[in-house]
Amino acid sequence: MATKVNVEFDLVTSAGGNLGSISRTLTRMQVPFRLVGNENAPDGSRPIILPGVGAFGAVMKSLKENDFDQTIVKLVRAGTPFLGVCVGMQVLFDESEEAPGVKGLGLISGKVLKFKEGKVPQIGWNQIKPSNDQSWESGYVYFVNSYYAKPDSDSVTLYKSDYHETFCAAVKTGNITAFQFHPEKSGEMGERLLRRWVNDVT
Amino acid sequence: MMSLNGLCKRIIPCLDVANGRTVKGVKFQNLRDIGDPVELGFEYQKQGADELMFLDITASKEDRSTVFDLVRDVAHKLSIPFTVGGGISSIKDVRKLLELGADKVSINTSAVNRPELIEEIATACGSQCCVVAIDARKRTNTFNGSVWEVLTKGGSVATGMDAMQWAEECVRRGAGEIMLTSWDADGTQEGFDLEMVKAFSKLPIPVIASGGAKDPQSFVDVFSTGRADAALAASIFHDGIFTINQVKTQLNQEGIPVRLC
Repeated sequence: MATKVNVEFDLVTSAGGNLGSISRTLTRMQVPFRLVGNENAPDGSRPIILPGVGAFGAVMKSLKENDFDQTIVKLVRAGTPFLGVCVGMQVLFDESEEAPGVKGLGLISGKVLKFKEGKVPQIGWNQIKPSNDQSWESGYVYFVNSYYAKPDSDSVTLYKSDYHETFCAAVKTGNITAFQFHPEKSGEMGERLLRRWVNDVT
Repeated sequence: MMSLNGLCKRIIPCLDVANGRTVKGVKFQNLRDIGDPVELGFEYQKQGADELMFLDITASKEDRSTVFDLVRDVAHKLSIPFTVGGGISSIKDVRKLLELGADKVSINTSAVNRPELIEEIATACGSQCCVVAIDARKRTNTFNGSVWEVLTKGGSVATGMDAMQWAEECVRRGAGEIMLTSWDADGTQEGFDLEMVKAFSKLPIPVIASGGAKDPQSFVDVFSTGRADAALAASIFHDGIFTINQVKTQLNQEGIPVRLC
């Protein structure tokens, strides 16, 4: 089933949490990757995947060690394909209600806000619908989040979803793609979305 | 106001595991082997399970290696979230299980014995991976409604603790979800304990209802009347009486949001 992927991917290890799940999913999908971090920085020759679970402030703090955040910003601005997952999506923005005063990577302008209604965090499968590019399929994916990104411009929104309000579930702009949900925990739909991104950047 | 909420109600098959095999009994008695948990879990994923729960019911210290092996194998094979419970009493156990690929851990007696464990897990690994399982049974009716008592050690010890107060404490300490098992309904296959589920579903974190699953209609009831966020069941799926898909089809027909595959 899987087309062979010849490009190796850079999976960032310095942002905690769900690294294990992503790495297992890439292995299952036969996508080769190496682990990168402060000690072993990416050089832009490979697409970068930034998973992230936990608090915005903690993830940013970990990224800022040894100015690793600057490396990421520089490479992404230079055009390296980038995929952010969960908090790995949120840190792309300017700031978050979760950590007032902590600056995000600022690669996409906008803020990260907290859900105002319903049980928080949102836990479970929610439906996502493509916002601009209808070639992306609709379906159900697995979320665990108390916060969501609100881009200043709707044009970067790839997917929308509803949790007592409509929120941005994924973004795509230039070489940056990011999912608020967990594609690695979203069954076949999640694997198809990851596969599409992998195919797009290789 | 029109509901702007697409979040689906979750169906979670539970696999009781002893020495690396899936077993089945009533209230942990007369256990019989019903197969390989990894294969059974994969089958449930194909049927449309939203998550899986693996409950290690032998969980004696010397047997921990079998559950670690199981978690590793499940994580490699499955692409939906899964929770592991049974005999987890330290943050060290939790870290190991999450590292091996579990998405959440469920703690029960160990949380009652040492409630700080909830904070330790929430702080170190995040609330989202901390499920507190509460076994409860009805104690009395009062003017204010029913009161439920917490049971521990697989239902064998009545603690005298008020289950609602305990659940609220779990929330304050950082639990991410409550898995609520009605000891009155568990194993009966006579329907969920709707009164209890409805009372606890008012908590500000998701509540997984467990005990008494009977047929697709019982799931409709636990979500509509009981307002549960998720429902867990074992026997009706293990015995092949109903598939998860059959349950979800009926839920969908009744207008309850579910993920259809």
